Amino acid sequence: MSLLAFFQWCEQSHVGDVIRRSPWLFPAIEAIHLLGLGFIGGAVLLVDLRLMGWGLRRQPVAQLSRDAQPWLIGSLFVMIVTGGLLFLSEAIKCYYHGAFWFKMASLLLAIVFTFTIQRKVIMADETRVSPRWSKVVAVVSVLLWSGVGIGGRWIGFS
Amino acid sequence: MASRKSALPATTLLGEGLLNFFQWMGDTSWSTGLHESRYAYDFIESVHVWTLCLFFGLTVMFDLRLLGWVMREVPVSEVARRFLPWTILGFVIMAISGAILFSAIPLRSYQSVFFRAKMLMLVLAGVNVLIFHSGVYRRVEKWDLATVPPRSARVAGALSLALWIGIVLAGRMIAYNWFDCDRQPQPAIVNFLTSCAPNQPGWGER
Repeated sequence: MSLLAFFQWCEQSHVGDVIRRSPWLFPAIEAIHLLGLGFIGGAVLLVDLRLMGWGLRRQPVAQLSRDAQPWLIGSLFVMIVTGGLLFLSEAIKCYYHGAFWFKMASLLLAIVFTFTIQRKVIMADETRVSPRWSKVVAVVSVLLWSGVGIGGRWIGFS
Repeated sequence: MASRKSALPATTLLGEGLLNFFQWMGDTSWSTGLHESRYAYDFIESVHVWTLCLFFGLTVMFDLRLLGWVMREVPVSEVARRFLPWTILGFVIMAISGAILFSAIPLRSYQSVFFRAKMLMLVLAGVNVLIFHSGVYRRVEKWDLATVPPRSARVAGALSLALWIGIVLAGRMIAYNWFDCDRQPQPAIVNFLTSCAPNQPGWGER
């Protein structure tokens, strides 16, 4: 099955059809998707501001990361479920929209980066991580997650 | 005609004045230029959405701390102090970008039931902050380290959380025209809430 055929199959799915036919389902799911973005933003910035040397500077970064983790994972879960539903209702549009592919690439990179490189830096002994390296990691994290959010917004622009 | 107008209640006159003002604003070259621009409007809206993460995200994290659901070991005053510069920055960018977006489509936004709900909830969120800061937060040193803050602080956190979630949802819904003045007939309650007179000049042109 080619990629396009897969997207066509998604578009023709029953769920996608139900969402397309309803005047309010898409807006409602999209609104929850946006709320999820806000919560992810908070969880990501909580940790990244700290890594940049701002925010809650007196708290150990590993502890803050542990605090933010359930909110990050929880909202990511909500985002993926609602995002998947939105996608099913307009898969073909997404296939031909550059912003969708930009968003998916950013999302993949953001998740991989957050749970590998960033996790390693956060869990390492803070005295052994140079402040500059921490800042670089935080900036990359903010840029990748921003790519997801902005890319998502631009899927809605034609 | 003039005598009939002066017989109207002051609120109606104010409403009519605002209606005319936003109609005039929508006809300015700034407004039409922004409305019809290829990228400017989308760019400002992207800024508005990005800053939502900064403002809403950190505000919500503070609310959750007040509820005792996150960062339970971190003093409440420390979270408040460290977050405040960022939430103020976020709020200023939100207000400016929001005002620019409003100015691109002023009359329709002014008459949007979702925009009105959003503005009302913004005022309520502001009142909630004032009550919190002049009330239980003045004694924060007594409960700074409490993993679960006192009841009135939790109530303030829950109210703030609910209001900001409502503001985001209402903001997102402004984009939809279900209850727009130029889509008639609408139930009388909708026309009342949007102060829409179905025969108002110009509504059919938008």
